[in-house]
Amino acid sequence: MMQNVLLAIVLAPLVAALLAGLAGRLIGRAGAHSVTILGVATSFVLSLWVFKAQVWGGAPTFNEPVYTWLVTDGIRMQIGFLIDHLTVLMMVVVTFVSLMVHIYTIGYMHDDDGYQRFFAYISLFTFAMLTLVMSNNFLQLFFGWEAVGVVSYLLIGFWFKRPTAIFANLKAFLVNRVGDFGFLLGIAGVVYFTGSLDYQTAFHFAPLIAASHFTLFEGQTWNAMSVICICLFIGAMGKSAQVPLHVWLPDSMEGPTPISALIHAATMVTAGIFMVARMSPLFELSPTALSFVIVIGATTALFMGFLGIVNNDIKRVVAYSTLSQLGYMTVALGASAYGAGIFHLMTHAFFKALLFLAAGSVIIAMHHEQDMRRMGGLRKHLPITYWTSLIGALALIGFPGFSGFFSKDALIEAVAGSHIPGARYAEFCVTAGVYITALYTFRMIFMTFHGEERMDAHTREHLHESPWVVTVPLVLLAIPSVAIGWLTVGPVLFGDFFHGAIIVHPANDVLHEMAGEFHGPLSFTLRAFTGLPIYLAAAGVASAWFLYLKRPDIPATLRLRLAPLYRVLDNKYGFDWVNENVIASGSRSLGRLFFRVGDQFLIDGALVNGSARTVGWLAAVTRHVQSGYLYHYAFAMIIGLSALLAYMLLGH
Amino acid sequence: MFVTLLFYAFATVLVGAALGVVLSRNPVHAALFLVLAFFTSAALWLLLEAEFLGIVLVLVYVGAVMVLFLFVVMMLDVNVAQLREGLTRHAPLGALVAGIMIVEIVYVVWVRELGGTLGPMPAASVASVSNTKALGAVLYTDYALPFQLAAVVLLVAIVAAIVLTMRKRPGYRQQDIAAQVAVRREDRVRIVKVDPAGRP
Amino acid sequence: MIGLPHFLVLAGVLFSIAVAGIFLNRKNMIVLLMCIELMLLAVNFNFIAFSRWLGNLDGQVFVFFILTVAAAESAIGLAILVVVFRERRGINVDSLDAMRG
Repeated sequence: MMQNVLLAIVLAPLVAALLAGLAGRLIGRAGAHSVTILGVATSFVLSLWVFKAQVWGGAPTFNEPVYTWLVTDGIRMQIGFLIDHLTVLMMVVVTFVSLMVHIYTIGYMHDDDGYQRFFAYISLFTFAMLTLVMSNNFLQLFFGWEAVGVVSYLLIGFWFKRPTAIFANLKAFLVNRVGDFGFLLGIAGVVYFTGSLDYQTAFHFAPLIAASHFTLFEGQTWNAMSVICICLFIGAMGKSAQVPLHVWLPDSMEGPTPISALIHAATMVTAGIFMVARMSPLFELSPTALSFVIVIGATTALFMGFLGIVNNDIKRVVAYSTLSQLGYMTVALGASAYGAGIFHLMTHAFFKALLFLAAGSVIIAMHHEQDMRRMGGLRKHLPITYWTSLIGALALIGFPGFSGFFSKDALIEAVAGSHIPGARYAEFCVTAGVYITALYTFRMIFMTFHGEERMDAHTREHLHESPWVVTVPLVLLAIPSVAIGWLTVGPVLFGDFFHGAIIVHPANDVLHEMAGEFHGPLSFTLRAFTGLPIYLAAAGVASAWFLYLKRPDIPATLRLRLAPLYRVLDNKYGFDWVNENVIASGSRSLGRLFFRVGDQFLIDGALVNGSARTVGWLAAVTRHVQSGYLYHYAFAMIIGLSALLAYMLLGH
Repeated sequence: MFVTLLFYAFATVLVGAALGVVLSRNPVHAALFLVLAFFTSAALWLLLEAEFLGIVLVLVYVGAVMVLFLFVVMMLDVNVAQLREGLTRHAPLGALVAGIMIVEIVYVVWVRELGGTLGPMPAASVASVSNTKALGAVLYTDYALPFQLAAVVLLVAIVAAIVLTMRKRPGYRQQDIAAQVAVRREDRVRIVKVDPAGRP
Repeated sequence: MIGLPHFLVLAGVLFSIAVAGIFLNRKNMIVLLMCIELMLLAVNFNFIAFSRWLGNLDGQVFVFFILTVAAAESAIGLAILVVVFRERRGINVDSLDAMRG
C-alpha cells in the first residue's frame, strides 16, 4: 500500500511529463497543462496523505527497496524509498510549490510557443526532485541530483534562441559538473569504506569511517570522514550555489520566471541543503567538514547579499537574495542546527517562490521589462501582486510573526550558540546579513511599487493586474509565507519532529539548548525584540526608504563617491571574470595545447598520418624495385637462389 | 678412357658454344652457337645411353625450334648494335654471379661429394630392349596422363602462337560468317508497291 | 674415369653461363630466350645423368616433358617477340616496362 502510494507520488509527474512532452502536439495546450497539473496535484495530495500518516498517524519510517537494478561485487544498486519526517516535509514543500508554479505557468507562458514543452520540463523537474528527496541510497540520490541538473539545463535554456540563455544554461551545467565531481568522489568514498550505497548501512558504519585515515600524498594523512564530507559538500555547493560555485544562479535568470521560482525556491538549490541534512550522521562526525560548511555558508550569506543592492534587474535581485538565503541555510547546517536549516528551507521555499512569482507578475505587466529603473508606482496598478510581494518581502527580512522571522531568528541564535571553529565569523555574517537583506529587499519593493512611474507611456497605458491563474498561486503562497512559521516552529525546530531522520552529536546540539528556552511562538516573537536582528532589519527597511524613496539622489552620489567599491560589486567580485579568463580560458588553452601537441602532433601527426606516411614512404622506396624490367626480376631470383644455396651450404 | 676423352672433348665444345651464345654480337651467330650446343649435348646424352632423347633433341630442337629462332631473327630487322649496348658494362656483374654459382655447385658436387658416392658410371646395360622401347613402355603406362597433358600443352602453344601473331591487314577481304548468319530479311529485301498502270 | 660429378659440374657451368648471359644481354630478347634454352638444357643434363647412375628411366621421362614444355615455351616466346617487334619496332627489353611500379 505505502509502496504503491510512494511510487505514484514519484511517477505521476514523470508520466505527465512524458505525456506532455512526447504527445504535446496531440493533446494540445490545454491538454498539456491539465495533464501535468493533474500529475503534480496527485503527487501533492498523496504527499499530504503520507505526511499525515507519518506525522500524525505515527506510521513507522519506511525504508525499503522497490527494485534491485543490479548487484555487483556485493554492492546492491537499488531503487528504494526512505520516508521519514525529513522526507515528507520536503515532499510536501516540493509538490506544493511545484503545483503553484504549474498553475502560475498557465498565465505566464500563455503566449509562448513552447507551452507544452515547458510543462513537460517542469513536471520532469518535479519528478527528478522527488526521486532525489525520497531516495534511500546514494545511487538514486545521484540520479535525482543529475536529473535535476539536466532539466535545469533544459529550463534555463528554454528560450534557446537567445544566446544569453544558452550561455547561462551551459554555465549552470558546467559549474554543476564541478560540484558533481566532488559529490561523486564523496559517494565513491562512502562506497569504498562501507561497500554499500545504502544510507542506513553507510550511517551504521559512519564511526568506522570517522576512525579511518588515508594518505593521498606522501606525508599527508587525512581523516576519511572529513574528506568524504567535504567532497559531498562540494556537490552541495554546486547545486545549492555556494561561493565560489554560485556563479550559475544569477545567470539562470535567463530562463522563464516560473522556472526561476521552481529552481530557486523548492527544488534544485535546496537539493544541496537537503542532502547535507540527510547526511547529518556523517557530517556530525567531522568537525573539519562542519567548519568548512559554516565558513562557506557565511561568506555566501553576507557577500551575495551585497550584490543584491547594486543590481537593477528585478529577477536578479531576487536571485541574489536566494544565494544569500542559501548561505543562511548552509550556516545552519554547519552549526549542526540541521533542523533550523531545513526549517528555513521550508519557509524560504514559500516566500521565495512567492517573490519570484510576484516578480514574474510584474514582468508580465511590464511586457517583459525586468529593469527596476523603468518601474515604480506599480502599487496602484497591481494591487494583488503588490500585497503578496510585500508579504514575501516581510517574510524574507524576518518581520516578527512571519514565517521567515522564525526560521531566520532561530538560525541566527543557533549560530550564536555554536562552538564550531568559524562560528563567530558566521555569526557576524548572518547578523550583518539581516540588515543587507532588508535593504535590498525593500529597495526592490520601493523601486518597483512605489515612487514615480518611470516606465514609458505605452507600457503605462497597458498596465493591469495579472489573470487569476497568476494571482491565485500568489495568494496561495502568501498564506504559508505568513503562517507556516507560527504553526510549525514549535514542533519542527524545537520539538522532536525529525526524530531519527537527523542525528546531531549531543555536544553540537544547539537547537536542543535553545529548545529549553522556547515557550511557544508568541513568546519567541516577543523575545526577538530583545535581540539585535530585528532592529537591523528595521534599519535596513528605513535605509531603503530613505535612499530610494526620500532621497533617490544619494545612491547615485554614493555610486560616484565609492566608485571602486561599486565596480567590485558590479563585477560580482570578479568571479565571472576569473572563471572566464582564468579557469575557462586556462582550460581552453590547456585543451588547445593538448589538442595541438597531443592530438594533432602526436596522434594525428605521428601515429595516424605518420604511420600512413611511413607506409607511403616505404612503398615509394620499394616501388623502385618494381622496375618492370625482366632482367631485374631474374637477377633478384638468381641472387636469392645463390644466397639460399650459400646458406644451405654454410649453415650446416 | 676413350669415354673420358670423348666427354672432355664434347664438354669443351659445349662450354665454348654456350659462351658463344652468350657473347656473340649477332643473334644469328648466337642461334648457330646454340645449335652447336644442342648437337654436342645430344652427343653427350648418347654417352649417357639416352639415345632417344639425344635424337629427339637434334630432331625437335635443332630441326624445329632452332630453325624457328633463326626465322624470327632473320625476319625481324633487329638493330644489333643497339641491343649489344652495355654488354661490357654488365660483364663483371655477370661473371661474378656466374662465378659464385659455379663455385657453389662445385662445392656441393665435389667437396661435399654429393653424388660421388654413386661411384663410376655403371656398366652399359645389356637389356634386350632399346632405350626408345623402354622409355615408351614407361611413358605410355605410368606417365600416360602427363603425356596427354603434354600434348594439350603443345596444342595450346600452337593456338597461342597463332592468336598472338595473327593480325588483320587493311584491304584483306574475308568472309564474316557471324554477320551473314545474323542477316534479316528487311536488311536485304525491300518491297515496293508499283502501280501497274504506270501512273506516277 | 668419368663420374657423376663431372656431368653435374658440366651442367652447373652451363647453367651459370646461361645466367651470366641473362645479365650480359639484358636488352636482347632473343638472346634471353636462348639463355633460357641453355638453362633448360643444363637441367636436362642433370636429369639424364642421374637417370643413368640410378638406373631409372623416370629422369628421362622428365626430360621428355621438359623438352615438350620448352618447345611450347619457345614457340610462344617467339610469338610474343614478334608481336612486341610489331608494336615497338624493336625487341629492346628496356622498352617493356609497362609493369613498372
